[in-house]
Amino acid sequence: MSFQLALELLPPTLADGLILGLLYATIALGYTMVYGVLGLINFAHSEIFMVGAVVAVELLTYVLAGSPLHPVLQLALAMIVAAAVSAALAGLAERVAYRPLRRSNAPKLAPLITAIGISLFLQDAVRFVESLFGQFIRPFPSMPFFDIPLPLTPNDSIPMKSVVILIAAGAMLVGLRYTVNQTRLGKAIRAVATDRMAASLMGIDVNRIVMLTFLIGGALAGVAGTLYALQFGRVDPFSGFIPGLKAFTAAVLGGIGSIPGAMVGGIVLGLIEMLIGTFVPILTNNAIGTEYKDIFAFGILILILIFKPTGLLGRPSTEKV
Amino acid sequence: MMDASESPARPLLEVRNIDVFYGAIHAIRDLSVVVNEGEIVTLIGSNGAGKTTALGAISRLLPIRSGDVLLDGRSLRSVPPHDVVRRGLAHVPERRRIFADLTVIENLEMGAFTVGSKADIASRMTEMLELFPRLAERRKQFGGTLSGGEQQMLAVARALMQHPRILLLDEPSMGLSPLFVERIFDIIETINKRGVTILLVEQNAHMALAIADRGYVLKNGTIVDQGSAARLRSDESIQAAYLGAH
Repeated sequence: MSFQLALELLPPTLADGLILGLLYATIALGYTMVYGVLGLINFAHSEIFMVGAVVAVELLTYVLAGSPLHPVLQLALAMIVAAAVSAALAGLAERVAYRPLRRSNAPKLAPLITAIGISLFLQDAVRFVESLFGQFIRPFPSMPFFDIPLPLTPNDSIPMKSVVILIAAGAMLVGLRYTVNQTRLGKAIRAVATDRMAASLMGIDVNRIVMLTFLIGGALAGVAGTLYALQFGRVDPFSGFIPGLKAFTAAVLGGIGSIPGAMVGGIVLGLIEMLIGTFVPILTNNAIGTEYKDIFAFGILILILIFKPTGLLGRPSTEKV
Repeated sequence: MMDASESPARPLLEVRNIDVFYGAIHAIRDLSVVVNEGEIVTLIGSNGAGKTTALGAISRLLPIRSGDVLLDGRSLRSVPPHDVVRRGLAHVPERRRIFADLTVIENLEMGAFTVGSKADIASRMTEMLELFPRLAERRKQFGGTLSGGEQQMLAVARALMQHPRILLLDEPSMGLSPLFVERIFDIIETINKRGVTILLVEQNAHMALAIADRGYVLKNGTIVDQGSAARLRSDESIQAAYLGAH
């Protein structure tokens, strides 16, 4: 491969990697925050993300299409509704499934299995409902505005949607970071994540904070779902699984339970995936194609965890006696 | 904080015949304790006697099977733990449980979680940093980096940020050097003189009875003796069991 070609491919690859990474990070926050306050991996999170994407695509296709609103406003509206639906779903899962298990002091595996159950239930529920109205694979509606090319380098461009996704997902991460670090609610979340009993003694209603954590994580997943559908152009009842798994991987890579860790882990994973997907096929003359990128991405994950088991930003957990 | 008042004894905290279970284990049997306004009352007993469980039941962290806990005459039975704080009862738990990932200042802010006014929080913060100059020196440090004694001070200061009427202290001397143990007990006396009623659980019965007005002796989850601190200190069987041979 010529140096010239590599130089030309680098900027768009980095842009796409960053977009993918920000989306992983936005999803990963839901995993890591719930893990932080409950020690639970909420495997239903990938389906909560998928439902957000489905809601947004349906809204844009059947309700907002043809409206005089600017496409960005249409997207924003769809995103808000998707966030609300995903948040409500996450909150519902906590209220009807996870909280009763905590109250009855169920063993740790019970909520995990419950999460997988909710996951499968949501996949099939969405498939059932969507099948009533035709195909359950739904394309993102054509919105020419988002395909307008913007110059990236003298001889390359990125579509408008890339910029929109970068701004929207970036704003989510900045907003969340501010909320967690600066606000009273954020401090309460951190306190509950550190020590539930001590937080309760400070007058913090632990169940309320756990619920809020699910709502915030769900809303972020809804936003990510909308943006993911915009970026990749389609959604189906099973399209939450792989990005959900990748986001979970990103959370572990960054250090599960750590909010900055989820952000860094997501971005690192997105960049690695895109760089490998672009350059390995070129370097190997297509002997190793793009479809093998996940092998490298997860291989790197395994390597990092061997040398730093707590993840990039995770701290060794001090076992509470 | 209020000035210490010399008003006649009025029960601030009444524990009436409570029973607490851990699964099938009957951890607390028919426990009754009264703490009057302005007093220091200590609950002594050996390891495993149920002292920590008793405090957990009072601050409503643990469910009570029967009996009742009254704060200022009002039942806490159906009050969730995070609301007990708002009624004026603060609990410094065993092993301090400070927030290791938060700074000293942030820990104190968490203590004032129930306080609405920022001006109030700021004035209480100043008050605590004056009462605990060591914490003022460490204000930007993470809680986890403090020494055991400093963590205990932080745990007490954090609870005092709530301006409680009664403070429950669980083994404040645990794991501390003798010098720090004395300082902690000095602090407890100072706080009490400023008007905070104290219920103190201690394995270090000698120190606890030295500053307390009255004491209860807990054994296998039941009160086996009670009385003035002076009487308990001079009681031979208590000396043998909890104070070591002197």
